[in-house]
Amino acid sequence: MVHTEEDKEYEKNVSQSILASMQKIVTGEAGKTGSWRSMRPIFNADKCIVVKTNKPTCHLCWLYCPENTITREIPPKIDYDYCKGCGICATECPTDAIIMIPEQKEEGNLESQEQKEEH
Amino acid sequence: MGKRLVLTGNHAAAYACKAANVEVVAAYPITPQSPVVEKISEFVETNKLPNTRFVTVESEQSAITAVVAASATGSRVFTATSANGLEYMYEMLSWAAGSRLPLVMCIATRALGAPWSVWTDHQDAFSVRDVGFMNMFCEDNQEIYDTILMAYRIAEDPRVFLPAFVSYDGYILSHTFMPVQTEDPEKVAEFLPKLKHHIDLAKLTNPDQRTKGVNPVTTPDIIPRPGEKPAPGYYEFRYSMQKAHEYAIEVIEEVAEEFSEVFGRKYGNGIYKEYRNDDAEVSLFAVGSIASECREAVDVMRDQGFKVGLVSLKLFRPFPIEHLRKVFQDTEMVVVFDRDIGYGYEGILAYELKSAMYAADRHPIIKGYIVGLGGRDVTKDQIVKGTQKAMETKNKDAMQKDTHTDYLGLKLEELGFKRGEN
Repeated sequence: MVHTEEDKEYEKNVSQSILASMQKIVTGEAGKTGSWRSMRPIFNADKCIVVKTNKPTCHLCWLYCPENTITREIPPKIDYDYCKGCGICATECPTDAIIMIPEQKEEGNLESQEQKEEH
Repeated sequence: MGKRLVLTGNHAAAYACKAANVEVVAAYPITPQSPVVEKISEFVETNKLPNTRFVTVESEQSAITAVVAASATGSRVFTATSANGLEYMYEMLSWAAGSRLPLVMCIATRALGAPWSVWTDHQDAFSVRDVGFMNMFCEDNQEIYDTILMAYRIAEDPRVFLPAFVSYDGYILSHTFMPVQTEDPEKVAEFLPKLKHHIDLAKLTNPDQRTKGVNPVTTPDIIPRPGEKPAPGYYEFRYSMQKAHEYAIEVIEEVAEEFSEVFGRKYGNGIYKEYRNDDAEVSLFAVGSIASECREAVDVMRDQGFKVGLVSLKLFRPFPIEHLRKVFQDTEMVVVFDRDIGYGYEGILAYELKSAMYAADRHPIIKGYIVGLGGRDVTKDQIVKGTQKAMETKNKDAMQKDTHTDYLGLKLEELGFKRGEN
C-alpha cells in the first residue's frame, strides 16, 4: 500500500483539523473523579472567615484547590462529584474550618451510589 | 535596513526574539544558555520590548509551564535552556507538542550529567527527539537569528501548529562573537505576521463565551458529544500530530525559500546544507559545530584530490527521509560524525540515517564515528583522519556490518591504556 495524492490530502486535512482546541470544554467527560476519594473534606461554616465576615475575604480553599471543586461563594461550596480528597484545602484553611474524615460508603459517596445504580 | 551588529550566538537569539516581538518569555538560567534570557530581560526592562512580559520563575519546569500556558492564551512565547534544564522540562515538552502550541525555544547544547560538564555536545538536543517538537540545528550566529524567525513562521503556520527547538552549540556559538545582520521590525512583521492561534484559553472562564480549548482528558475511545461532533480520543490527537510533522517538511522548504527572497539569506533548502557535494563520492554528514568543522576537512581533502563533500543536516525533526535518499542517491559512502551516542546502540545521526536509507533504491556505505563528547575539541585533522580511514578500509562490507562503533579524539593511551599489554 502506497500513499496516493488523495491519501495525502486527506491526512493533511486531518492534521489541520484535529488540534488541541477542536472541542468545547466540558466537565467530567472521563467520569466523576470524586469516586477516587478516600478522605472527605467537611466544611464547618462557624469557623470560616468568609462566612464570619460575610465578605469574599479569605477563600484560600478556593484558590488552592487543584481541581477547582470549591466555589468562590459565601459560604464556599465543595463539589463532591469531582473532589479527590487531597486535603490541600484543609491544610491551607487558617481557621481549620475544613477537616478531613475517612470516606464511608453509607454516607452516600459515589462508589456506593454507583453500586446502588447497578443493582 | 536593520543594523549589522557583532553578537554572541545567545545575543543573536535574543535579538531575533526582539525582532519577532515575542509577548511572553519565561526562563531559568543555566550555562551556557543564560545570556539569551538575560538579554531579553534587559530589552524588557529598558522598554525596548514594551509589549513583552518577562516571567521570572524558580525552575525550568516552571519556565516551560509558564510559556505553555501563555501560548494557550494566544501569545507568541519563547524560552531557552540547556542540558539538565531541558531534562527538567521534559514533562511539559510533550504537553506543548500534544496541545499543538507553536512555541519556539532555544537549546544551547551542553553535555548531560553525570559527570558534570558545561561544555557542548548534542546529547541534550537529541534526547528530546520523540516529544513532538521540530528541531533545527544552526552552524553560525546569523543562522541562529534567521532560524528563530523561520521557526516562528513555520510553527505558527496553520498547516503545522507544532513547537520547535532551535539548537546551537554551547560556547562554540553561544559565547562566540560574530557579525550578525539584524532586521527592521517592520520587515520582520511582514514576514512573520501576528500569531493567529487555534486556541485562546483566556476566554475559558467566561461561561457565556465558552471557547474551544485543550481537552484535559481523553479516553481510549472517541467520546460521543450530544449536539456536536464526537470528541477525538488520544489516538486521533497523536495521529494528527504525527501527520503535522510529516507534512511540515513542505512548509519548511516553502518558508526557507520565502525567507531568502525577503532577507537574501539562505540555508540550503531549509532542510540541509550542501558544501562541495555536487560530484562527491564520499559525503560527510553532521549537524551544528561538527558540520562547521567538516567544511574545513572537506577543503583539506579536496586539495588532496579526494571527491569529498558535506551534507550538513539542519532539520533533525521531522526527519527528512525523502531528501536524504535523494541527496545520497549517487554517493558511495557517507561518513557520519555524531557528537552524541544513542547509549546501547551507536551515534544517533548514524542510525537515523541508516534507517532512512534502508528502503532507498541503492544505499551508500554508512560509517559512523563518535566525536567530541563533553566539549572535547574536534579538529579538522580528526575528521580527515576518520574519513580517510573509512575510505581506505578494503572490506567495506565488514566495516558496515561491524556492530562496534568507532571514536575519534579519545585519549585512552594518555591515561595509560596500552594495546597488547593485558
